[in-house]
Amino acid sequence: MTDAFVPQTGADEGARAELTELPEVAVTGLTAGSQPFPAEHARPGAELPVGDEHGMGGEVKGQFRIVAGRFFRQRLAVTGLVVFALLGVAAVVTGHVWHYTYSQITGQYAIGPTGQHPFGTDDIGHDLFAQVMRGVEKDIQVALMVALIAMAIGTTVGALAGFYRYLDNILMRFVDLVLSVPILAVLVVLGHLVSKQAGNWFWVAIIIGGLAWTYVARLVRADSLSLRERDFVEAARALGATNRRIILRHMLPNAIGPIIVNGTITVATSIILESTLSYLGLGIQPPEVSLGTLIAAGQDTATTQWWLFVFPAIFLVTLILSIFLVGDGLREALDPKKTRVRA
Amino acid sequence: MTGLSVQSPGASVLEIEGLSVDFPTAEGVVHAVRGVDLRLAPREVLGVVGESGSGKSVTALATMGLLPRNAKTQGSIRVKGTEVLGAKEKALMGLRGRTISMVFQDPMTSLNPVYSVGWQIAEALQAHQDIDKEEAMRRAVDLLTVVGIPNPKERAKDYPHAFSGGMRQRVVIAIAMANDPEIILADEPTTALDVTVQAQILEALKRALTETHSALVLITHDLGVIAGLADRVVVMYAGRAVETGPVDEIFYRPAMPYTVGLLGSLPRLDRDGTERLRPIPGSPPSLLGELRGCPFAPRCPMRVPEVCDVEEPALQPAGPQTGGVHLAACHFADKVAAGTTGPIFAATAVDLTDRVAAAEGELRTGP
Repeated sequence: MTDAFVPQTGADEGARAELTELPEVAVTGLTAGSQPFPAEHARPGAELPVGDEHGMGGEVKGQFRIVAGRFFRQRLAVTGLVVFALLGVAAVVTGHVWHYTYSQITGQYAIGPTGQHPFGTDDIGHDLFAQVMRGVEKDIQVALMVALIAMAIGTTVGALAGFYRYLDNILMRFVDLVLSVPILAVLVVLGHLVSKQAGNWFWVAIIIGGLAWTYVARLVRADSLSLRERDFVEAARALGATNRRIILRHMLPNAIGPIIVNGTITVATSIILESTLSYLGLGIQPPEVSLGTLIAAGQDTATTQWWLFVFPAIFLVTLILSIFLVGDGLREALDPKKTRVRA
Repeated sequence: MTGLSVQSPGASVLEIEGLSVDFPTAEGVVHAVRGVDLRLAPREVLGVVGESGSGKSVTALATMGLLPRNAKTQGSIRVKGTEVLGAKEKALMGLRGRTISMVFQDPMTSLNPVYSVGWQIAEALQAHQDIDKEEAMRRAVDLLTVVGIPNPKERAKDYPHAFSGGMRQRVVIAIAMANDPEIILADEPTTALDVTVQAQILEALKRALTETHSALVLITHDLGVIAGLADRVVVMYAGRAVETGPVDEIFYRPAMPYTVGLLGSLPRLDRDGTERLRPIPGSPPSLLGELRGCPFAPRCPMRVPEVCDVEEPALQPAGPQTGGVHLAACHFADKVAAGTTGPIFAATAVDLTDRVAAAEGELRTGP
């Protein structure tokens, strides 16, 4: 990493310039928070070296713009976000405007990529491009749903366990219990049960979410344990704040950074889990497709009809990678102890 | 524990009687506070002085009802007649912030980093008063003006990290005074700050008192802070009040060797400049287990083993014409107060000029 110290006043432009390929040196230099206080405090884009008294991820609400500035200064993270957004938009748009639907039989069987079928077709005559895009859409849908479920349950359980010491043992032993269950075995059993259901992507999401919340719960509990001892929590109590208010208004906003980062990771891992499940034939069921079912279907002919395997696989990897990049960038941006950001 | 309570004229907003606080630990029971009696009159400023571990902060936390769960308390604390010890959490919530509020030691950590300071003051207001957000924000700006924040309207929108330590402490004071409390507890409000801003913070506290007509308990180990602000002083040592009285009495006629030691270890500008500092040797006793005799005896140059090691002295009227307002816990309080003992503690420093002169003399007369 190259450090160049350039005047702080350019920080505002710097955040935007990142998107238009500013030379790397200048970009990293802008993030090097060497001045204790920039001329204009708390202005958008101004990099504030935040002392560790602010704790983990304490800069989210209201200081959203500072975090956004730090996020957009990381080119890998921005690349990830752009790729993810493009994939999402493309998937939805394709479903509406592409000249084949994912379940349509085109009458052309097992042909390689052509102008008409950019990703080729399978033995049955499905247009693979339409199917891959539909798979991306379903995967994102499932993953966001899982993240939502996991974050909602995990945050609630974690915050309660961290704040009320008498609940801690019960709740966390239950978390340990869930964690000790081999996740794939449970997925296989439950996946088999719901595989007959119509619209079963929803059930798949609930099953994965019902297992993934434990990681969020552990994280939030650990954060709550340290937050509840902080002076501003005691100060809030000294002002007559209720427990509910202390948890919701004082502790959780300070823990939001790790929660968001973990949520991003959950999105990526649940796509992997869903693909695994679908690959085993227990997740999303035909005629619905996901990247997992497409890869499963294409792997037998990976050497002869390579396109059936390669395109879904590339999209799966790209999708997961882009989410991980976003998560990594968010972690950097939300970590108040980081005053310098890798570009 | 002590027979006499610390009296102050008029009705009291805060009455502490026989307060003791124990903490069970793995090594045994720590007696953090061992029988403290206190009364605070309306609008009175009471200074509480003592070393770390003397029980100052624990007394303050007990008064707020904020002691950790494992603390064992005895005695009684009444805030405006309401008993705090053993009170329901709900009753305490109505009290905290409204009748009694607190200024914490470290302004760097006692503000929530994710909310603007205006929001935090408004929150304090809305916790106890039925006003809407806009009105609360307007009042927050007024409060920021009172405590001396320049540009209060713009600054209210800023987050704590955009404020310096001194400015943050002003915000904390603004929050503490928001609901016109009867009592403000300030636990070492200047300790974490630069010396240069300490006076300004005390000034802001004074203004808060003028605005709210509240009483102040000022906990500190800095006698200079006490001298400028307090009406009355309580000196604490090893979990007990060892001397109490009007601020002038304590400063000019201390009746307890520990107080004498505290004063002697403070540089004085109102005395002859050649006077040496006279620090107190040793360190405070461990509060683990039972103490026997006067807790200060091991460090006290005036110690008479037959008396001091046997019986812990009670708080008793001390000094010549005190009329019961000046109390000290020392077997020889009258002697100390009368000033007939001479310097109690030895000066440790040596004049550098003397040293240099001696060295030069040696050189000249040398072999």
